[in-house]
Amino acid sequence: MNTRRVVVDKVLLSLTVVALVAAVVPLVSIIIDVTARGIGAIDLDFFTQLPPLANTQGGGMANAIQGTVLLVAFSSAIGLPIGLFSGVYVSEYGRTSRYGSLVRFLGDVLAGIPSIVTGVLVYTLIVLTYQSFSIIAGSIALGTMMIPIVSNTTGEALKAVPNSIREASLALGVRKWRTSLLVIANAKRSIATASLLAIARITGETAPLILTAGISTLWFTGFNQPVASLTYYIYYFATSPFTNWQNLAWGAALFLMIIVLGINMGVRVLTRGKRVYA
Amino acid sequence: MLESLSAQEINTMPRTGISVQTPSKMEVIGLNVKYGSKQALFDINIGFRPNKVTAMIGPSGCGKSTLIRCLNRMHELVPGARVEGKVLLDGQDIYGEDLDPADVRRRVGMVFQKPNPFPNMSVADNVVAGLKLSGTKDKGHLEGIARKYLERVYLWDEVKEDTKRSGASLSGGQQQRLCIARALAIEPEVILMDEPCSALDPTATARIEQLITSLKENYTVIIVTHNMQQAARIADYTAFMYLGKLVEYDETTTLFENPHEQLTERYITGKFG
Repeated sequence: MNTRRVVVDKVLLSLTVVALVAAVVPLVSIIIDVTARGIGAIDLDFFTQLPPLANTQGGGMANAIQGTVLLVAFSSAIGLPIGLFSGVYVSEYGRTSRYGSLVRFLGDVLAGIPSIVTGVLVYTLIVLTYQSFSIIAGSIALGTMMIPIVSNTTGEALKAVPNSIREASLALGVRKWRTSLLVIANAKRSIATASLLAIARITGETAPLILTAGISTLWFTGFNQPVASLTYYIYYFATSPFTNWQNLAWGAALFLMIIVLGINMGVRVLTRGKRVYA
Repeated sequence: MLESLSAQEINTMPRTGISVQTPSKMEVIGLNVKYGSKQALFDINIGFRPNKVTAMIGPSGCGKSTLIRCLNRMHELVPGARVEGKVLLDGQDIYGEDLDPADVRRRVGMVFQKPNPFPNMSVADNVVAGLKLSGTKDKGHLEGIARKYLERVYLWDEVKEDTKRSGASLSGGQQQRLCIARALAIEPEVILMDEPCSALDPTATARIEQLITSLKENYTVIIVTHNMQQAARIADYTAFMYLGKLVEYDETTTLFENPHEQLTERYITGKFG
């Protein structure tokens, strides 16, 4: 009997170790491979020059970096406030009403929509209407994707704030909206975390951008014009037959990976040793 | 035994002791409370005397916490809760249509069972939280208020070295006194306390009881307690509740030494509860 327990214990332990290795090996090999192949492409030109012609020397991804930064900024300007407010509604006002659970349900549905579908929708509504790919269309697509992520995590973070804080505030004759601000202040770290993770998520999106922001070999030229982005350039250059483009794609992949990892590390620092309601 | 009686019968039972001429600071008239389809309070009628301590006792689930939460409209925050009847504060119905619950709660303060200082605020900020969150900005004025009420709850000497530290860093008993200071700082007329000592050790409990006794000079105090000895020590009047009904309400000494109802006697002698 006892030996059987020991055997079962050993087997289960081995299984978890195998699973762990299976999970870590691809991750580590991606990091090593991308770093090894991409590091050579990252130099000063990478951050300052426009993409080169095929089969030439030099050039960089500066316009794609600029485009990605702008896309993330504009989509955050759309997605963060809407997501935040709907999260506050779900937790603070709609917890008991039918609308609250409806919003919550729609949030779950929206979060599960494939990004390419969001891309197609924005393509139909914006790109076809204005007859041009544009940074506006790209930001609307990415911002739409951010809303459910931010809304759901904000709602959960606020729900995790102890009810005693709401009661304490309301019992002091503090009005409902001001009490909600106090609750938000108590969850601000979780909300910041949720926002950063949403930003990290959309920074790596490609599919919707192909249908909305398009691609450009130039710097940002206007809100109604196509714009370059790191992810689209990675796709575009990596699938090309030209060595100099492929190398730049590796460089861009490394740079993008560092940014997203950096955001995730930032989240770790933000939440370290702190009580986070999430 | 009492389950078989109707609310009407219980409430028309003879009660002795309390003069009807004494004006009430707060008066509850025909109060019925339901959570969804479950009724928690049955036709409660009770008056609370000004500048007195009134205790509400009874076994768990008897409705004493529900009743106290009806007195400052905190009860309506519970989903599905419905209130019928009147609660008068100086003769004015606090459930009146033109009244904002926030204004009611500024006149009827509350201290909760578990100390709940705001964890992201300093000791001093906790005391003046009600004023700050409602828009008072004058810093000097707020500091004066914070000190005044920390002294009022005998906490000043213990925290004066560092009033900037987090309210959550204090001991349980200190936190509860901080919460009382916070409730007093908005200058209410009535203080409700929902089992304020149940999470505290005997020493901390003694300090709070001493504080409660001193509070009645300026405030009307209504306290829910599961501890009969506590009610006997600090309350001028005591109400005994059972299964959502008010069984007996009298001067504390009368209720404990010469209860009118057999049910009260059985409860205070420990035969059930």
